[in-house]
Amino acid sequence: MHPAKSVIYFTTASGAGYGLMVWLAVMGAFGFIPADRTFGIVGFGLAFFLIISGLLSSTGHLGRPERAWRALSQWRSSWLSREGVAAILTFGPTGIYALSWVVQGQNGGPVGMIGLAGGGMSLITVYFTSMIYASLKAIPAWSNRWTSLGYLSMALMSGALIMLALQAGFGLGHMAVMIKASVALLALAGVLKLAYWRALQSDPARSTAESATGLGQFGNVHMIESPHGEDNYLLKEMGYKIARKHANKLRRIALVTGFILPMAMVAAIMVLGLPYVVVLSFLALISAGVGLVVERWLFFAEAKHVVTLYYGNRNV
Amino acid sequence: MTSLPQNPSKVKLGLVIDLDICVGCHACAVNCKEWNTSGKMAPLTDMDPYGAKPDGVWFNRVHTYEAVDEAAGTSRTVHFPRSCLHCDDAPCVTVCPTGASYKREEDGIVLINTDICIGCKLCSWACPYGAREYDEDEGVMKKCTLCVDKIYNENLPPESRVPACVSTCPTGARSFGDLGDPNSDVSKLVAARDGYALMPEQGTRPVNRYLPPRPKKVGDEMAPRLLDHHDDSADGAGLLARWVDKVLSA
Repeated sequence: MHPAKSVIYFTTASGAGYGLMVWLAVMGAFGFIPADRTFGIVGFGLAFFLIISGLLSSTGHLGRPERAWRALSQWRSSWLSREGVAAILTFGPTGIYALSWVVQGQNGGPVGMIGLAGGGMSLITVYFTSMIYASLKAIPAWSNRWTSLGYLSMALMSGALIMLALQAGFGLGHMAVMIKASVALLALAGVLKLAYWRALQSDPARSTAESATGLGQFGNVHMIESPHGEDNYLLKEMGYKIARKHANKLRRIALVTGFILPMAMVAAIMVLGLPYVVVLSFLALISAGVGLVVERWLFFAEAKHVVTLYYGNRNV
Repeated sequence: MTSLPQNPSKVKLGLVIDLDICVGCHACAVNCKEWNTSGKMAPLTDMDPYGAKPDGVWFNRVHTYEAVDEAAGTSRTVHFPRSCLHCDDAPCVTVCPTGASYKREEDGIVLINTDICIGCKLCSWACPYGAREYDEDEGVMKKCTLCVDKIYNENLPPESRVPACVSTCPTGARSFGDLGDPNSDVSKLVAARDGYALMPEQGTRPVNRYLPPRPKKVGDEMAPRLLDHHDDSADGAGLLARWVDKVLSA
């Protein structure tokens, strides 16, 4: 599949924003961090910036962005529509929680409950985003259970790394909780990603050139003449091939920069002590950011669509 | 509403494509383009049509495949027109976030309302068959309409009320009719020739059917490899010819 920059930014940025929202809610509601005003402005400002810029970026690949509002109407059948509705509804509790934190200086008690509700809805929104891809049977690399697990774990993981870096920068709140959560989530997301790549390699093909044409009864099918001399929309959008050439190298880059290095850096904080928390947590965040962009690029670029069976692919 | 029809009619209009007859002339694709570029889903935009990399919207694409049976030492060359199959469980319809993509209750034709399509392309990702193409110029998706503006058009003579690809096919490889009615001509054709659906494992339940190439005739009925004709006798020829034959044979 063609890896559109707008969709890579949308899924990584809004995922991290929603993940940060979850951790702001959890840390505040359970009393691990005081409702500091400046921290609130920076934390919620960053979360909302990531979420909103991500959502706006996702409208960037639309042919008719001015009609984007219409996408909210088909929530009964369409995961894309559900995702849009959930994203808008989530602004309710997260907005109230952010205002209570910043304006009233409260983040625990009943306000904390509203924050946790917002955190829960943030996760639901991320799940709906993942289902846009996981519901497409024609793309076996996406329509499996690993897709949603990956999106959820990576949103929580990137959100946790931002939260840790913010806490380190401000010197606020229980650092040990975020350090442990970050290490655990980096390990979990990394293992899920490895399992996803393993499943891609081992899952049997769902469709073949023979089933696509129905000509298997006559032997092995291969195309001898394409309908057109130049690439058409289908081949430009669905026939992306560059990633497969470098797939193994890119997977290693994503795994090391996205998960292993950040995990080592955050774990090093536990050993070296808090004087290093600022440097190490920011380095971990930058490394994970690079890794997640590579991972997301691969998620799109590596995925094969069954329509390519009509254009010379043997099985998908 | 992009949910599939709650009470679909029994009528399922669709195409039956005979792969035994198709010669791969692309006339169906060309006449489709000609009709539809001024039809319901008009225009079928072409980008850079006279340049180095022309690209445009087509509802019909004709591939050519070879099926090789290594063990038997045989192969078949098959021309294969590919277009929308107007699926019963059309995934392109249910993924649409705006309601632009829909399946008609009365005859099962899958259409796009290009006035409310936002061009998110998700329907083209959902379709296993590549039936949907993006119009880069208009920013919306386009697809086969089964010539909905032709098959019901009372201004046309009755014999012309079939999709453009069907009326133009010079070999009669394409048939149009109600595949929901087991007694229709197309349904009988499918039953007689073991017509099949494409990629049933994708769960889309296509309406269109393809008829496989007929088995090759082999063995005694095989045509002779060389014409064996050596008639040396001059019996029955005219007097002059017999004399020439005699002189030359000496």
